[in-house]
Amino acid sequence: MSQLVVAGGPGFVPPSTSDFDLPSIFGHSAYSTKPVFLVALSVILISVFFIAASRKAAVVPSKLQFSGEAIYGFVRNSIGEEIIGHEFMRFVPFLFTLFTFVITNNVFGIVPFLQFPAMSHVGFPYVLALFSFVIFHYVGIKKQGLGKYLKGIAFMPGVPKAVYILLTPIEIATFFLVRPLTLSLRLFANMFAGHLLLLVFITGGDYMLHDSHIFMKVLSPFSFAFGIGMSFFEFMVQCLQAYIITLLTALFIAGALADEH
Amino acid sequence: MNHLVLAEAAVNPLIPKTAEMIVGVIAFTLLFLVLRSKVVPMFEKAYALRTEAIQGGMEKAEKAQQDAAAALAHYTLQLNEARGEAQTIREDARAQGAAIIEELRSKAQEEAARITAAATASIEAERQQALTSLRLEVGTLATELASKIVGEALDDQVRQSRIVDRFLADMEKSK
Repeated sequence: MSQLVVAGGPGFVPPSTSDFDLPSIFGHSAYSTKPVFLVALSVILISVFFIAASRKAAVVPSKLQFSGEAIYGFVRNSIGEEIIGHEFMRFVPFLFTLFTFVITNNVFGIVPFLQFPAMSHVGFPYVLALFSFVIFHYVGIKKQGLGKYLKGIAFMPGVPKAVYILLTPIEIATFFLVRPLTLSLRLFANMFAGHLLLLVFITGGDYMLHDSHIFMKVLSPFSFAFGIGMSFFEFMVQCLQAYIITLLTALFIAGALADEH
Repeated sequence: MNHLVLAEAAVNPLIPKTAEMIVGVIAFTLLFLVLRSKVVPMFEKAYALRTEAIQGGMEKAEKAQQDAAAALAHYTLQLNEARGEAQTIREDARAQGAAIIEELRSKAQEEAARITAAATASIEAERQQALTSLRLEVGTLATELASKIVGEALDDQVRQSRIVDRFLADMEKSK
């Protein structure tokens, strides 16, 4: 449908949400689309890299082990230990998986030939938010007991009773709706918008290059250059978003572990 | 334009695809299992080994330092002991030297006194001897001289000795 419009439409057709609706690569299966392959590729790449990096577990690390340790140490210490505190080690595998999974798939957005961030398909961020949601609630319930945990959320201690009329609905919405939604939508929207932005400059430059008017041809390289510049900016956003989703998940876990929030 | 709107409406980016969610769950779980079982324990092992190596090194260094301090204390003690001993020996030697000198001096004095006494005795004996022989000879000489002068034989023993005695007594008186 969208292809039809692009082909038949007069003038420049700006990229739209339909550009994210990629067709199946083999046949018509919903499991053989580009994002599915990219996600599978990311799992393989991350596994291979980190198994190779950690295989020797040497006291004096090789370059490979050092680079793997740098990423692991960042998640373990700067996010896990710093935020969660003494019980952090239980959550390091999850946070580590979350961070590497998100950053790899995000960065795929500017890797030549791959050039598509799987996280711009909202299904993946939903899944990640769901994992985060289940884990931090599970941790809270296990630590404090279901009743006490829910009571702590609904009736924040140390607050005048009248305020509960306002506070209780807000807190419940925060914990069960806003948190998972913002977690997933923030990641999704950043990747979606970033990809769209790159598409605008690249397809725009392409369109201008093929335009009959000489003025458009001359200006075309600027569009491409801006597209390349935005790619670097996107790289920053991609790393930042991976950091943020991991950081927030750690914060939620830390909050659930704390007796009072 | 109308087509475009239709196309956009057809793909709502906020509606997830079931297939992708299933893939997401499987992929994430798989990655989680791999990282948890293969990667995290190995990195933790490397961390533990490193901590151990550093800690072990530090403990070793600390022990070496303690050993060195103990050895220093030991040697200082020994040195002080040796110094004290040397001081004692020096004092002993000085005292002994003084004693030896004193002993030698007294021995020498004794010897000197003995030698002096012996010399005095021998001189006295010789004087007595000389005196006796002198008296004898002077008597003989004087008698001979007198007999020659007087021409009188004074070979009578009694008289002779009387004359000598008188002579000597006169000599002593005149002295």
